[in-house]
Amino acid sequence: MNPILFMPELVLIFGSLVAFGVCLGEGKTRLAAMTALTTALLTLGSSVASLCSAGDLFCQAYRVDLFSQLFKVFIALGLVAVVLFGSKLKDIRAEIRPEYFLFLLLGSLGLILLVSSVELISLFIALELSSYALYLLVPLRREQPGLRLQMESAAKYVMFGIVATGFLLFGMSYLYGMTGSTYFSQIGPALIQHWNEPAALVGMILILAGLFFKLAAFPMHLWAPDVYQGASNETTAFIAGVPKVAVVAVLIRFLMCAQPVHGTLTTAITLAAIGSMFFGNLAALVQKDLKRMLGYSSIAHAGYVMLGLVTLQKSGYAVSMFYIFGFVVMSLAAFLVICQMSKDGENVTLDDLSGLHQRNPLAAFILASSMFALAGIPPFAGFMGKWLLLNEALRSGFITLVVIAAVNTAIGIYYYLTVARVVYFTDPGQRPAFKFERGVAALGVVLIVLVTLLGIVPAKLLNAAILAVQF
Amino acid sequence: MGCFYIDGAWPILSFLIFLPLAGVMVLPLLKGDGPAKIWTLGVTLVTAVLSLPLFFSFDSTTANYQFCEKVVWIPSLNIHYALGIDGISLLLVLLTTLLMPLCILCSWRAIGTRVKEFMACILIMETAMLGVFAALDFVLFYIFWEAMLIPMFLLIGIWGGPRKIYASVKFFLYTLAGSVLMPVAVIALYLHSQPHTFSIPELMSQPYSFSLQCWVFLAFFVAFAVKVPMFPFHTWLPAAHVEAPTAGSVLLASVLLKMGAYGFLRFCLPMTPLGVEAFAPYVLALSVAGIIYGGFTALAQSDMKKLVAYSSVAHMGFVTLGIFVLNTNGVEGAILQMINHGITTGALFLCVGMIYERTHSRELALATGIGKVMPVYVTALAIFGLSSLAFPGTNSFVGEFLVLIGGFAHSMKLGWAVVPGVILSAAYMLRMLQRVIWGGTANPDTSYLKDLNWREMVTLAPLVAFVLWIGLAPAPFLKVLHVSVQHLLTQVQLGLNI
Repeated sequence: MNPILFMPELVLIFGSLVAFGVCLGEGKTRLAAMTALTTALLTLGSSVASLCSAGDLFCQAYRVDLFSQLFKVFIALGLVAVVLFGSKLKDIRAEIRPEYFLFLLLGSLGLILLVSSVELISLFIALELSSYALYLLVPLRREQPGLRLQMESAAKYVMFGIVATGFLLFGMSYLYGMTGSTYFSQIGPALIQHWNEPAALVGMILILAGLFFKLAAFPMHLWAPDVYQGASNETTAFIAGVPKVAVVAVLIRFLMCAQPVHGTLTTAITLAAIGSMFFGNLAALVQKDLKRMLGYSSIAHAGYVMLGLVTLQKSGYAVSMFYIFGFVVMSLAAFLVICQMSKDGENVTLDDLSGLHQRNPLAAFILASSMFALAGIPPFAGFMGKWLLLNEALRSGFITLVVIAAVNTAIGIYYYLTVARVVYFTDPGQRPAFKFERGVAALGVVLIVLVTLLGIVPAKLLNAAILAVQF
Repeated sequence: MGCFYIDGAWPILSFLIFLPLAGVMVLPLLKGDGPAKIWTLGVTLVTAVLSLPLFFSFDSTTANYQFCEKVVWIPSLNIHYALGIDGISLLLVLLTTLLMPLCILCSWRAIGTRVKEFMACILIMETAMLGVFAALDFVLFYIFWEAMLIPMFLLIGIWGGPRKIYASVKFFLYTLAGSVLMPVAVIALYLHSQPHTFSIPELMSQPYSFSLQCWVFLAFFVAFAVKVPMFPFHTWLPAAHVEAPTAGSVLLASVLLKMGAYGFLRFCLPMTPLGVEAFAPYVLALSVAGIIYGGFTALAQSDMKKLVAYSSVAHMGFVTLGIFVLNTNGVEGAILQMINHGITTGALFLCVGMIYERTHSRELALATGIGKVMPVYVTALAIFGLSSLAFPGTNSFVGEFLVLIGGFAHSMKLGWAVVPGVILSAAYMLRMLQRVIWGGTANPDTSYLKDLNWREMVTLAPLVAFVLWIGLAPAPFLKVLHVSVQHLLTQVQLGLNI
């Protein structure tokens, strides 16, 4: 077996083992942070190095190709970013900070294993590995007297997640039952042949229900605002972007097993997209807590991603990939500022943002840029991604969906603009200035530059995505 | 309709567009406000000087796009980085580059806080504005179109007047909400073109069905009507114009409003002629409504800036009227009027800004009867005021007269409906001039006001020159327009006859 194929995973497994060892000691937070950062950087490096590798592993249950490695690059990028700007772990009890890093690494391992799994059982194992690691991260917040918000968020996340996984399993069982195989390469052709049987449709819809939970899409979106608000800032930063990237990969794999015609499946996805967009944008309009607002906005963005998925065409999948890659970078930039801003890891409200331009001009610029990027304003990646999505959806004939997406873009601008307005147009009053930690300022600039580059010169990533979906 | 690609020549349009942006990169390195102002003035002057060759080497005998550049940008969707100007966009580009140094000059003393950010916003706006007029690919056009919202939002919201936050948010939301359906329309045109293309000249020659043209026209109309602004989508204008700093008001009035009208000319007329024909009566009705409404509201204002803002609504009503009567005189008059309005209203905002710097108020009541103490100022103000009411000899007369000829040629009723607008503009402008210059019997004590210093004279002088030049000898300006306008109307006719 060519070691480069499995390098990102090996690095993460090894790093997780080292982190586990560190956890056995007492108070070794700095060591744990260093371990996590090194592991993350090595994972990113090996993902980039293995971009052009291709091969099958583990009895063809695990495929490494451009598709999987592209996703791994962005998952690793998310991990690096969160470990860098969240390394202080302000709102986590000091004794369990090493454990936090361990679960973060294990969660990323699960996500990376997920995008390469081409077999249902291994996919499920990877999904559960990542899910449970993330379930554990959410309640790991310091308990404030009289306030156990993170417990409520954790309970919702776990309960909802388990039910969603149940749906997913049930749907996968239908797929197995109809096709007699757990390998995507065999399920796909067989299912397309049997597509007019109701069991195929039911199985697929159940699977979508399970996966929409991870994507925070309507109607499995209700957990998102509460979990975003209740978890610590670093946890939210990770959950907001990185699992979504992985689940788009899984969605693409499953949707490739469906017959690419306009039918009940596309109607179902269309309705989910419309619900996500409207619910997310309208609910975000009245939010005061910044993380909760970003939670609702991520529901809306899940709706936009579905514009590409609903086409059931490879070109549509490619632009969905491009959009979610851009989304994770924009989201990380916003959460970078939130994590750095909040002094003891408490939630950041719109009010707390007042006068940010005087307290830390770079932070104000990064936050405002990420808001405008998420809103879909040129020249950022959000605009280019949306343009490409509208293009693909209109090409496949989903005119109503496209018009609704355009209208929702207009609705969504208001709350992003509110953040930019508060950041730039208000006085700081008594709020203190703050500095970025070492390296974080550079990371923030890198993220914004990446967002702008993806908006102005998207060709490379877009072509890579188009090439990647041709498997 | 082709493009002139001059091999070996340097890409002047890209240079013009991105020079201000390059200037922004240098700003953080400068220490202090003074160097920042001087640097920005230098950059804008260089851009202005470099845009003069566009006028002098422009070939007015052809309707082809000139100084073209085309580079593949996103090959999978056939999106190109394509630039080029024809007669219609040439004058708008020159208007933009000319006004920029004047904006910097007028902000010299007016902006005291965060000068570097202010200059950065102005320069980014210049890049976006020039890009809008020069873009020949829809995606590029849309990027520049939306990119100009953020700097203007910051300009109004940070350096604006008392209600700046309300005005800037209203401006941003209104304009963006208007233009969200534009991508959908553009993509629809792209998907119906054979072969799929986003290139503007190529999209003009494609046949589209009547229903597609109507829907696309409506989507474009909403976006451009908010920008122009046409009645009843104009409510963002008074707030934004009044609360913006002087440079922001000048840019808003002189250039941003023209983008909407330019959009009508560049996209709606050649690409959706059947839609234009179907909806022209309504658009003409809205134009007349804008002219009359703008006139009456301006008549009621006591705030000078608001008066000029509402007069903009009225003047742009003339512009859209000229465009949608679809004859040579109307369209030429409309384009010339766009330039004239840019010069005149820009100058009026500059004048109001100068009074504001002295009295710290825009109320007419505080600045009446200043003719005695500020003779040079009121001379300039009078020239611009006469130009605004389209007095013969000034630039607006030529434009408005052409528009009126076009309107009367279209239909008698339309022409007669517009005439009260002309009278109204005379009414409110002369009233303002009378109050400001001579006042009444009980003028406030204005002896503390100083007349124009040389910086302000340098700012207003080129505008006075253009008012008189275009007014008395408009031939050079009409010459560059003529062939392009003829071509445009031929395209419309062809589209209508299919």
